[in-house]
Amino acid sequence: MTTFLEFEKPVAELEGKMEELRHMSDIGDIKIADELSKLQGRIDRSLTQIYAKLSPWQTVMVARHPDRPHCIDYISSLIDEFTPLAGDRVFAEDAAILGGLGRFRGRSVVVIGQEKGNDTETRVKHNFGMARPEGYRKAQRLMNLAEQFSLPIITLVDTPGAYPGIGAEERGQAEAIARSIEVCLDLHVPMVSVVIGEGGSGGAIAIAAANRVLMMQHSVYSVISPEGCASILWRSADHAEEAADALKLTAEDLLRLGVIDAIIPEPLGAAHRDRDDTIKRVGDGIEEALKEIDGMDGAALRTQRRERFITLGNDALSS
Amino acid sequence: MNWLTNYVRPKIRALVEKNDVPDNLWHQCPSCEQMIFHRELEASLRVCGHCGHHMRLPAKERLELLFDDGEYQTVELPKLTADPLKFRDRKRYTDRLKESRASTGEEDAMIVAHGEMGGRNVVVAIMNFAFMGGSMGLALGKALLTAARLAVLQEAPLICFTSSGGARMQEGILSLMQMPRTIIAVDEVKEAHLPYITVLTDPTTGGVTASFAMLGDIAIAEPGAVIGFAGARVIEETIREKLPEGFQRAEYLLEHGMIDRVVHRRQLRDELIRISNLLLESRAAADVVPLISDSSKKNKKNPETPEASNDKESGSEERPAAE
Repeated sequence: MTTFLEFEKPVAELEGKMEELRHMSDIGDIKIADELSKLQGRIDRSLTQIYAKLSPWQTVMVARHPDRPHCIDYISSLIDEFTPLAGDRVFAEDAAILGGLGRFRGRSVVVIGQEKGNDTETRVKHNFGMARPEGYRKAQRLMNLAEQFSLPIITLVDTPGAYPGIGAEERGQAEAIARSIEVCLDLHVPMVSVVIGEGGSGGAIAIAAANRVLMMQHSVYSVISPEGCASILWRSADHAEEAADALKLTAEDLLRLGVIDAIIPEPLGAAHRDRDDTIKRVGDGIEEALKEIDGMDGAALRTQRRERFITLGNDALSS
Repeated sequence: MNWLTNYVRPKIRALVEKNDVPDNLWHQCPSCEQMIFHRELEASLRVCGHCGHHMRLPAKERLELLFDDGEYQTVELPKLTADPLKFRDRKRYTDRLKESRASTGEEDAMIVAHGEMGGRNVVVAIMNFAFMGGSMGLALGKALLTAARLAVLQEAPLICFTSSGGARMQEGILSLMQMPRTIIAVDEVKEAHLPYITVLTDPTTGGVTASFAMLGDIAIAEPGAVIGFAGARVIEETIREKLPEGFQRAEYLLEHGMIDRVVHRRQLRDELIRISNLLLESRAAADVVPLISDSSKKNKKNPETPEASNDKESGSEERPAAE
């Protein structure tokens, strides 16, 4: 059963009709198969129309869509011989961040990503993709492992943000994030990050200070959630839609601002409508990005990664 | 001149206008609510004499306290000239900037100064909470980078005073990107084997805490300072629980192993001088004792020579305009 977003209402109605038709047999001249294909045509046109002019706020809704493929789905399709590695060796295992060794299109890699879960049980298990300090310390450990064995790193970003809790603060959430970014920036191995859903602030950049940063067409990446921004600047979360506009958080915006390197297009009606195709596209995007930085040696990779953040946005400053 | 101008008007004026005595002669301590006379407050470096509460100290006052004879030079910093997001909430970002610039007399939320402290050259990067809540945007990222490169150039410690509500939302994703940028900055100081010392003052939160603020070689906090990643209200709303006593205060962080020391404002300067001296003793010895050839001395200072030279290269383009 598909979950429809509010602005997908016309599509939902058409799909409802299709569902009814599927249970009917041909009546006289009316061929059900023909009707179905006509309806499918209308659905596609409607989706094309809706998705051609998604507002930033609607994009946020799509990026958070419960049926959207998550980190686990990409790993299970794209990574062979996946070998999950657990724990930060200090305090705990944090299932909000998955990570491990595996083979991406024939090549040994380290994969790290946030997992949100897809039903109540798994959402609780993965804490809705909101990592605690242990998650970021595990990420550091895995990145260091990749460095030690000269393996490329792929990170999949999908988090509302780092977890705001008492224990998380006590165990140094801020330090864990800062250190994780520091580790990213010091690596001598290729690192590619893909924002697959929600790039939530510090919790996202902690594993995304990479050589190549990609975003999926309907993902978002922001310094603060539109709701959080609205409640601070507009003094009410009801203004989230305006905040989403103002924050410039879509893939297109970020490409224009020079924060990301490329956008991975999604199938018609977004990732959740064709998961297999989506996952393949993401795989192709990662392969392409890795190819671009393949020839660089360790020092050059490190320098390139650092330079991108040093120079970013400099044109808005006086010299 | 008549009765009206000589008598009535002054009377009315006296009624309407406030009297000449400024109403900020007495301050109330926000912690113990005792009234403190303004001269007493200044003499005590804005620390309450009754309960020891450390009130926020404007950046410029801090700089004066820190440097020998209160003498220092500020570094001219690149300032924000464009509004990259054309951000507008209830107000335009450009207007908010203008207002903050007018009210603080500063260009942005960080001041970079250098001078002598205990006879040693130091570079100080200090955040100004009065400027848009000390929020971190492009200009601040660049300011810290400038400070770091100046420290490397002068072979001086970098001391960073933090006070910030976090990232500057009006710069959106670009403010988030200052987290890696500021981390690169302080790492350049560390790679040069120079001390990077943080002094966390009230409040230090959000993206600033989760980047350069928490990466000091030595992390000092002022008593009672609120230091944390998420805001207390956000945490309370998420977990629907009351927060423990003293949560996110300097002493609480000390207890949980997140900082090295909590130091009273009056002792801070001496503390910074002592730590810098202790950390840099072997470096000073290496400079003074001409044991072996120049090249081997260099190696001692920079074991990771290839990396250091890489950063120096980019450093030459970004060389700060020291006054």
